[in-house]
Amino acid sequence: MKELLRVQNLCKTFTLSAKQQRLEKTNEKRKVAVDNLSFSAYDGEIFGLLGPNGAGKTTTLRILSTLIKPDSGDAFLDGKSVVREAEQVRTKIGFLTSELKLEDYFTPNYLFDFFSDLYHVDEQVRAKRKHSLFTRFGISRFAEVKIADLSTGMRQKVSLAIALVHDPEVIIFDEPTNGLDVITAKTVTDFLLELKQEGKTVIISTHIFSLVEKTCDRVAIIIDGKLVTCDALDKVKNGLSLEDRFFAIYEEVAGGVE
Amino acid sequence: MKGNILTIMKKELKRLLGDKRILINAVLLPGILIYVMYSFMGYALAGMFAPDAAPLQIAAVHMPTSVSQMFEAAALPYIDIDATDVAEIADIKSLIAAKEFELLIVFPADFDTMVDAFDIKSQTTTAPNIAVFYNSTDSDSERVYAQVAAMLDSYEATLANKFDVNGGDEVYNLASEKDRSGQVFSSLMPLLLTILLFSGCMAIAPESIAGEKERGTLSTLLVTPLRRSELALGKIFAITIVGTLSAISSTIGTILSLPQLTGGASDGLPLFYTMGDYLLLGIVVLSTVLLFVSLMSILSAFAESIKEAQTYMTPLMIVVMLAGVTGMFGGAAEQPLVYLIPVYNSVQCMNAVFSFEVVQLHVAITVVSNLVYCGALAFILTKMFNSERVMFSR
Repeated sequence: MKELLRVQNLCKTFTLSAKQQRLEKTNEKRKVAVDNLSFSAYDGEIFGLLGPNGAGKTTTLRILSTLIKPDSGDAFLDGKSVVREAEQVRTKIGFLTSELKLEDYFTPNYLFDFFSDLYHVDEQVRAKRKHSLFTRFGISRFAEVKIADLSTGMRQKVSLAIALVHDPEVIIFDEPTNGLDVITAKTVTDFLLELKQEGKTVIISTHIFSLVEKTCDRVAIIIDGKLVTCDALDKVKNGLSLEDRFFAIYEEVAGGVE
Repeated sequence: MKGNILTIMKKELKRLLGDKRILINAVLLPGILIYVMYSFMGYALAGMFAPDAAPLQIAAVHMPTSVSQMFEAAALPYIDIDATDVAEIADIKSLIAAKEFELLIVFPADFDTMVDAFDIKSQTTTAPNIAVFYNSTDSDSERVYAQVAAMLDSYEATLANKFDVNGGDEVYNLASEKDRSGQVFSSLMPLLLTILLFSGCMAIAPESIAGEKERGTLSTLLVTPLRRSELALGKIFAITIVGTLSAISSTIGTILSLPQLTGGASDGLPLFYTMGDYLLLGIVVLSTVLLFVSLMSILSAFAESIKEAQTYMTPLMIVVMLAGVTGMFGGAAEQPLVYLIPVYNSVQCMNAVFSFEVVQLHVAITVVSNLVYCGALAFILTKMFNSERVMFSR
């Protein structure tokens, strides 16, 4: 399999504001979010980043999606550096996270066209993709309804469709099923598998074991910004359930659950 | 690059002009409110000085012939009261206190003879005194008192008058009507226009940048292949268009309400301005809006929310108002270098256009310098969009 994503010695440290120090209950002015992280993801696989809250998963995905830059290290997406060739990387990825929102004032139809324009998607291709994605997610009925008037689940589906307007090679989802009702969560999970069947590379971050077990080919466990293990799902599980294996690793690395 | 800027502009314009609330609040309402407010102020001021519909009630004791003629000429009717009728005089004083009577004027008996006999150099005689009773809390009484006092002062002055200044009916003020109109407009419009331009931009700029940041929709744009400079320019241009529409609306409202505000002194005056004047004014206004929008965009990008952005803009508004006030006094500045000072240069150019003393070099320096400042600010905004510290600070 072709190596589509290579992450090399990624490091990222944040300076904490006084407010953040209070929230994190720490006197430390700096927080290491990602500590010398390296892994690879291959063509046509679903790769999962698993870890507790604050482990550095979201920071890693933000770096991969070029929203923020690493302090050191680099990541290469199909050979393009996320640091030096950010604009080219953005044409190849679809990034979806709960912190990226769609403007309430617009309709799914308008937003799909707007983002298609930004990605310079040809009119005919756009029409076909819109029809296909809107039908797949049941958006067609709500195509002219403002985002403000849609349910949370439908908003997530619209976000998903818009993240895919340019048919990206790599799709990066941060906590793809977080906050969704069970039906929408299933739709999203099924869609991840469909993307895999289409030959897309999907990278997800999550702390939901069942999602990883159901969808991921390979998994990396991150704790306190450090990569603890990265391998095929079965090898990581090592004969245990993923949950049991994770807590065994967590106990070993972080000294157990408080 | 042009295509992406246009895409962002179209989206921003759809958002800003498509939203009825923003359209009404930022574009239509300023013009209508200004027209209504200034017209109301004009009518209210005119009403304060307009004579009351009810006839004035004035009483006089020992009214001398000399003063009586002046009352007749000024169309101030009065009733004569007998000096011995103490009860009636007391009644009238009570009525004045109750705001039901305007004025009681009491002359000494044989006032005219006493005036003729009085020698200002003499230490032995005292000047005849006129008592004028009025009520300062009654606007009609206050007004008629001021009129009568002025009339008597004038009469007093003529008693020792040895020469006249500008006597007769000849017109001595040689200012043309055009110059007069220039004076009226150049003292009012630069300040009003600058404040209106600023407030027009302030109504939309925070929404477009700080609002998107607050709602998390700006980050969605940052993961697309859109260049940060395209995003910055697209937003600046779109806000400038809406800000200019807002300014046009406000300007129309101001011009329409000027006749009422100036009590008719500016009737027909805008007609003196040529298309060239309006064109120069338009160029200055556009470059000023661009400058305001660029400044506000920087502050909005720095802020975490619309509210925070508006807080940052308050000191800027004070600076803009102070610069606007400079346009109210005297003619436009003559040194070309001062036209490099942002905002002040625009105010001075507006002053020059309105007073028909525009120097094209000054306008050129103003517009070019404003565009250079905008370019620099757009560059800073681009850098801010690239900065994770600014975009994802909290």
